[in-house]
Amino acid sequence: MSASSSPATSGTSGIPHLDVDPFAMNFFADPYPTHELLREAGPVVYLDKWNVYGVARYAEVHAVLNDPATFCSSRGVGLSDFKKETPWRPPSLILEADPPAHTRTRAVLSKVLSPTVMKQVRGRFAAAAEQRVDMLLEQRSFDAITDLAEAYPLSIFPDALGLKPDGREHLIPYASVVFNAFGPPNQLRQEAIERSAPHQAYVTEQCQRENLAPGGFGACIHARADEGEITAAEAPLLVRSLLSAGLDTTVNGIGAAVYCLARFPDQWQRLRDDLTLARNAFEEAVRFESPVQTFFRTTTREVELSGATIGEAEKVLMFLAAANRDPRRWDKPDSYDITRRTSGHVGFGSGIHMCVGQLVARLEGEVMLTALARRIARIEITGEPNRRFNNTLRGFDSLPVTITPA
Amino acid sequence: MPAITFIHPDGKSDRIETSDGESAMQAATRHGLDGILAECGGNAMCATCHVYVDAGWLARLPAIGDNEDALLDGTADARLPNSRLSCQIMITPELDGLVLRLPERQV
Repeated sequence: MSASSSPATSGTSGIPHLDVDPFAMNFFADPYPTHELLREAGPVVYLDKWNVYGVARYAEVHAVLNDPATFCSSRGVGLSDFKKETPWRPPSLILEADPPAHTRTRAVLSKVLSPTVMKQVRGRFAAAAEQRVDMLLEQRSFDAITDLAEAYPLSIFPDALGLKPDGREHLIPYASVVFNAFGPPNQLRQEAIERSAPHQAYVTEQCQRENLAPGGFGACIHARADEGEITAAEAPLLVRSLLSAGLDTTVNGIGAAVYCLARFPDQWQRLRDDLTLARNAFEEAVRFESPVQTFFRTTTREVELSGATIGEAEKVLMFLAAANRDPRRWDKPDSYDITRRTSGHVGFGSGIHMCVGQLVARLEGEVMLTALARRIARIEITGEPNRRFNNTLRGFDSLPVTITPA
Repeated sequence: MPAITFIHPDGKSDRIETSDGESAMQAATRHGLDGILAECGGNAMCATCHVYVDAGWLARLPAIGDNEDALLDGTADARLPNSRLSCQIMITPELDGLVLRLPERQV
């Protein structure tokens, strides 16, 4: 990969071919120059390394996300085409499904994670955030990933799901496998899948009805089977979706927000001056850092997109993170601004597959940032942050910080 | 193009021009109107573009879908019989002059 390579336009299609690998370690270390290269090369590009089309501008990413009949999910939302390869695990009934099958399962998870349900859990989530800040104030110097971004969601989400106490250490490793597996057959993906067996076994077991506490999100999903909205066999796989996508994503979202607020003290001060900005400060961090960087779709027919013709059965890679910083859509896209109107960012996706847990994520982010900003005057980064490389997720392994009490 | 009016809780009102084929929510956010958050960007998933439809207009809007109906149960401010999500109100020429009242809060 070379971010400085100039795109070559090939043959008749007029689509620029780029020699970049968006799943390589040096790309992950600093994706922004390549994002710009991808955006500026054209509305649709072709990546020779993996033989896929790519879209990195906001308009085209949004268009692909909102045309699920043409850009389908049932053939996998990673590089692997489920029509040609056996998926590494049974496909998701919601993420890797198209209407009408998707409509039914989506309705169930929407109901289980609805605004009404969020009102019910808000008090609990906020109290746990305050407790977390109590602990952090005692520590003063800590790792903002392990002790905050991971510790907080781990203190509420598994309980909200109704998981047993034992074995929760499998949750983050399992999610890491899931998100690495969307990538190409590189070392990250291969090693993740090779080591996945114990994590898969744990998750499969916990998705069963008898292992989920009454009243939790998991039990609520199983209860929809009693109503006939899904079958009893489908319920465990829908619980699996929450285990796959409900934890590591919020860890990276909260980690991104703390990183942004520590890096940009003026924004931290604005938040401290007006705590009602907490929710938008989190949302803006999701736009700015884009914890979920990419997803694929597969074309169901030949399609013209912004003048480029893409054949049937082609993989299209959507650069959500690049769209979220597209200057065609955003003023000062590279500034973290907690008062920005963030509506329309694609950090949670868009259209029928837009993150079904977005309300959980926002709630966690809002109450955590509110608790931090109320009681902490300053957050300083005291050591080199270490990135955690994953084929889909952008986040950290460690982020050493020191806080000053308010 | 049809124009619609948003009335804020303090009584102040904003009349805004809509563009072809956009929803009331899209018109509001395009004009930077305070009081409409639209966190999900118009996908009918978040209930943060809640509005109260002025009495005379209610019957002239398209029916509430099941999804919108469920989301309205979770709005931050009270759900009233005239509650709608503005992302689900597509502006047509017949809705020129529509009046929507904003709730006290969206989250």
